[in-house]
Amino acid sequence: MSVSSNNSESTTPAGPGEAYLTNRRLDDDIYGPLESFPTSRWWLAIAVTGSLATLFVVCLVITVGQGIGRWGVNQPVGWGFAIINFVFWIGIGHAGTLISAILYVLRQTWRTSISRFSEAMTIFAVIVALQFPLFHTGRPWNAVFWLVPLYNDMSIYQNFRSPLIWDVFAVGTYGLVSLMFWYIGLVPDLASARDRAIDPTRKFCYGLASLGWSGSARAWVHYERAYILFAGLSTALVISVHSVVSFDFATALLPGWHSTIFPPYFVAGAIFSGLAMVASLVLILRPMFRLGHLITLGHVELMNKLIIATSLMIGYSYVMEFFMSWYSGQGLEWFVVVNRAMGPYAWSYWLMVGCNAVVPQLLWIRRVRRTPALTYPIVILVNVGMWMERFVIVVTGQHRDFLPSSWGMYFPTWVDMGLLAGSFGVFLTLVLLFCRFLPTVAATELKAVQSRK
Amino acid sequence: MTQTEQPDRTTPPPAPAVRAVGVIGLFGSPEPLLRAAERFRDAGFKHWDCHTPYPVHGLDRAMGVRPSPMGKVTLTGGGVGFVLAVLLTGGLSVFQYPLRIGGKPLFSWQAFVPIFFELFVLLATLSTFVALIVMCKLGRWHSPLHDTGVMKEITCDQFAIVLRGDAATEDQPALEKARRILADCGCPDVRPLMEEA
Repeated sequence: MSVSSNNSESTTPAGPGEAYLTNRRLDDDIYGPLESFPTSRWWLAIAVTGSLATLFVVCLVITVGQGIGRWGVNQPVGWGFAIINFVFWIGIGHAGTLISAILYVLRQTWRTSISRFSEAMTIFAVIVALQFPLFHTGRPWNAVFWLVPLYNDMSIYQNFRSPLIWDVFAVGTYGLVSLMFWYIGLVPDLASARDRAIDPTRKFCYGLASLGWSGSARAWVHYERAYILFAGLSTALVISVHSVVSFDFATALLPGWHSTIFPPYFVAGAIFSGLAMVASLVLILRPMFRLGHLITLGHVELMNKLIIATSLMIGYSYVMEFFMSWYSGQGLEWFVVVNRAMGPYAWSYWLMVGCNAVVPQLLWIRRVRRTPALTYPIVILVNVGMWMERFVIVVTGQHRDFLPSSWGMYFPTWVDMGLLAGSFGVFLTLVLLFCRFLPTVAATELKAVQSRK
Repeated sequence: MTQTEQPDRTTPPPAPAVRAVGVIGLFGSPEPLLRAAERFRDAGFKHWDCHTPYPVHGLDRAMGVRPSPMGKVTLTGGGVGFVLAVLLTGGLSVFQYPLRIGGKPLFSWQAFVPIFFELFVLLATLSTFVALIVMCKLGRWHSPLHDTGVMKEITCDQFAIVLRGDAATEDQPALEKARRILADCGCPDVRPLMEEA
């Protein structure tokens, strides 16, 4: 990511032109918000997100109680909102791994200010994403036997040639590895929280979670080595995960899905959408917890540069999809892309192109990159656009079947809508709880980065 | 949660019998700590360690700590994961539940590569995680250092060097020597490491 290499000077953690923070002041700024009673704004926010999360649960109960028929999926569109939401949320997680692992391996120290938060986002996004395929199986209590090779009395096992089974292994591994990576990073910070705590309950909880971490130099030697190994493995893993997710489509024979561009296209799109989600949350977090001196405008600008870079990759993929369909000479392939752009779902296609490839170009303007109020609408539109991209891929790929007599349209039900809105509720509730109980900025790592300046 | 950890706010607890079991030197910055660590290393002390708020560059060399063998653990774990994946996919697809699809061989390993890779990564990271907990001796929630109250300084911004040795026994000269070294290095804050007898 060469976009960020020449700017490291202006994005020291202390912020451009500011004196470095003392470590004590840093701790006060990061742990302070956790130690005071939550503000009324926090309660208001969690009331809204908690209600949406409840809606999610209600819709799941309806789905399990009455069946998948409550969703809008039918012939010919058998994959609807659930798969769209799954791919969308898994993609959101990828920016967290980009920031925490890939930028760590590339020694981009500016990542430190936002890494903890994005890693947390990864884990919550994976948790939310996993609900969709799980409930799409219809009987989630049996799903463990369908998805994981476990001994069973009928002696029936998985077909490992299936990308859906690859997906189970890829996403499962991704969730577990992200969780361990996040926890390793948290341990020294939890120890700080433990030692600052006055309330005995807090002290006990943080003490239990920090595993008795004492900052021993002999432990740091192992810790640093483990951290870089985790980062390296996560880097390879994150690329594999969305590639495997794209195989769910790419190995199918449907025109519009059966395409070799899918793995890189999905990975770039995942990182693009994830960065937009990081930006949408961080821009709220900064003023809310008064972290403007830790997450500076320089950081916002660098994230925006990454968004432009990935937006260009996405735009290139859109063009290439068209070009390859034409160049292949396959009538069905060409039909699919023309149908996308001019068929009944043209609105979603042009919304996708507009939000993902056109609107982010405004970030070329320096003033837009460095003004949160101007950046914010752009990143929200990118979130919309990336959801639409998955909609376009999933729905337009299926709704025109091979036989025109089988053609149909996809109509989501209110349960589908409720699950979509509810998934945001669950995700944001988890984010709010995280902000309440765990340090949102990697304080220990920030101290180390500062000391090297 | 044991009762002993909760500070009783109503009545002052009876003063526990404590004894000095070591010396703590606290520094405000890493540079003098590095010098003190080199002196400690050369003095040949047995039970000593440095405690820092963040990993200090060069401290492992100053202390004479060997490099971490973590990479070998990760690679071994990954290797085990790979072998397990081959056995899992091969064993189930060939022997337990053979599915002949499209005339392809039962052990069509190319299609199993994603599983090989994911289990390699999963076992590599799991073993790294467990090894980290074991090697860093995590999961020990109490030590004289934790209970002395000096931890509060260390996890914030102080750099500590700690020698453990019993003042009542033959370790007395070692503790004396450590105190001298700390004084030489200009340590502003030397404390005894206390333990309940």
